[in-house]
Amino acid sequence: MTIWGQFLPSSAAATILPLMDLSFTTEQEQFRSDCRDWLAAHVPRPALPSGDTRAGFAAHLRWERTLFDARYAVVSWPREYGGREASLWEWLIFEEEYYTAGAPQRVTQNGIFLLAPTIFEFGTQDQKDRVLPKMASGEHTWCQGWSEPNAGSDLAGIQSRGVRDEAGTGWRLSGQKTWTTRGAFCTHLFGLFRTDPDAERHRGLTYFLVDLQSPGVTVRGVDRLDGDEGFAEVFLDDVFVPDADVLGEPNQGWSVAMATTGSERGLTLRSPGRFLATAQRLLDLARRSQNDVESPGTRDRLAAAWIDAQAYRWQTFWTVTRIADGARPGPESSMVKVFWSELDVRLHELALDLLGPHAELLDGDDAGWMKGYEFALAGPIYAGTNEIQRNVIAERVLGLPRA
Amino acid sequence: MKFSFDDEQLALRDATRDLLTRACTPAQVRAAWTNETGRVPGLWDHLVDMGVVGMLAPEAAGGLGLTFVDLVLVLEETGRHAVPEPVVETAAWGVPLLGRTDLTVAAGEHWVPWADSADVIFTAAGRFEHADVVLVPRPSVDGARRLFEVHGTPAAVDVADGRAAYNRGVCGIAAQQCGLADRMLEMTADYVRERRQFGVAVGSFQAVKHHLANARIALEFARPLVYRAAASIAAGEADAGVNVSMAKLKADAASSQSARAALQCHGAIGYTTEYDLHLYLKRSWALGRSWGDRTFHLGRVARAIL
Repeated sequence: MTIWGQFLPSSAAATILPLMDLSFTTEQEQFRSDCRDWLAAHVPRPALPSGDTRAGFAAHLRWERTLFDARYAVVSWPREYGGREASLWEWLIFEEEYYTAGAPQRVTQNGIFLLAPTIFEFGTQDQKDRVLPKMASGEHTWCQGWSEPNAGSDLAGIQSRGVRDEAGTGWRLSGQKTWTTRGAFCTHLFGLFRTDPDAERHRGLTYFLVDLQSPGVTVRGVDRLDGDEGFAEVFLDDVFVPDADVLGEPNQGWSVAMATTGSERGLTLRSPGRFLATAQRLLDLARRSQNDVESPGTRDRLAAAWIDAQAYRWQTFWTVTRIADGARPGPESSMVKVFWSELDVRLHELALDLLGPHAELLDGDDAGWMKGYEFALAGPIYAGTNEIQRNVIAERVLGLPRA
Repeated sequence: MKFSFDDEQLALRDATRDLLTRACTPAQVRAAWTNETGRVPGLWDHLVDMGVVGMLAPEAAGGLGLTFVDLVLVLEETGRHAVPEPVVETAAWGVPLLGRTDLTVAAGEHWVPWADSADVIFTAAGRFEHADVVLVPRPSVDGARRLFEVHGTPAAVDVADGRAAYNRGVCGIAAQQCGLADRMLEMTADYVRERRQFGVAVGSFQAVKHHLANARIALEFARPLVYRAAASIAAGEADAGVNVSMAKLKADAASSQSARAALQCHGAIGYTTEYDLHLYLKRSWALGRSWGDRTFHLGRVARAIL
């Protein structure tokens, strides 16, 4: 018997220590197959116009309704709110199939993936009942009101304020939010406002749910780099918000919001399925040109890009196994955010290189790559810049001192 | 889907780490640069006694009857400690190929480390018995990898056996590279927390943080591919070779990026041989180009996907 015998059961070790199980269950494979069939029958063709334009947004909301009616809008949510109680594994499977099928962007995603997890964790029963079903169906669409002219990476520098309403039943919000994605089209905004001006930076903030139809709200669309009116500035002038629309406790907004940033950076915002699909489309593009496939330099870059998409998939499976065992996502989510956002840029850069002089054309079958490249370039900026994420990794994963 | 190690596997890893922390210190690795055998005296016997070397052999053959998934974490530890012993060559390559646990095996495509103390030697040309070869020493940048040219008449190795052995070896090296990367990052994080310039710890500077964060990200996305390749080997999957090549490429990148960041963030002290960092840097440089270089492994993946 070796020293290691103490760790092993007395009978044959090979039959006792199970292999990792890297397969999906029969039920999960069935779910994958169901998703694939449904998507093949329903994904709109030709593709919808960009959801970051007014006309495209409306078309995307009709698609969201189709998803909702088939219970594919929010697969992981409880049934009472429109979901099908899918596990995290099934959600990943859905995402893989969704993007492989070339299905439309999710214009509801900032609500579904950023706000909803926070509502599930901190919301009252009344808030869950009022907000979640309409979010899932697309009847209400939510934008994120965090950035301000003087608070971007330094989110704790928020200056928009909320003061107690004289009647004592709510708050009055004033200030300006900016770079609000799809803010010009959305019906609602979730955001942080300073409710205790005397408290230090991270303290004294409150998380509000704001109806953008309320008196005192002015929204101005801002054209983005890619030409779409995807951004907005949101001006608030003495906007009344009832107490029932405060998420979490007043002045606890920072810790409530941080729960959302974990989701945003991590796997729920940009699941591996997106990049696996992009990598596959890249290989398809390369195969159309024999020169590209045979050029050693190009071939190596294609293989490296495909490997990175696989690396993200397996790192996600690694993480999800831990989460399924009860762990909470930690500062590792910052590594994930840097990785997928920079992978997305590499995938699109390589596609543009393959397209050569055709890359600059904004018409034709391959125009989506330039548009995708422009969108990919936003990835290292939004959801906390990659420079901030690298600080977080250094400080919270590697234990280096704060500046 | 359960992509994690179980408690027994983690316990085997911890036991190995404990052993190597005691029995393969930086001072002992350094001594292997100049001693007679190029190895750590007594360490091989410890590894044999613990069952590391024979892990993959059936119990009837004196092994533990475990799988490559069990072995991969243990090999990662041997990388972390820059173990100057033919552990991958024997435990991953040789034992399953020979079905024996009593032989020390050396292996390498061109130059074979520790060939002088091996019973059986494998190169790209085939199999050699120790008694029948002439060994010509060649110096490695890593003084704790005693290299030899092997001259003699090789016996053929079954192609399928050889390919499987090669995949196990490559995956083992990739695991060692992850361990090395982790060790270098740990040493560097410790150093930049303590080292002060301009009145503050240099680890508080963003430029330093970002070097180390980038290397840490590379390691984060290499490990799952190494573990997935190990599972693929253990399950005997037909495309194990592609998974192994992906693992080696990402582990290469993690260890070379960690080495580069570690040296830069240490500054001049890292450039001395008095300081221990170079023991790990040089191992990472040596392993980075052995067992198939980047071009070979990228080619293997490209053929599978294009």
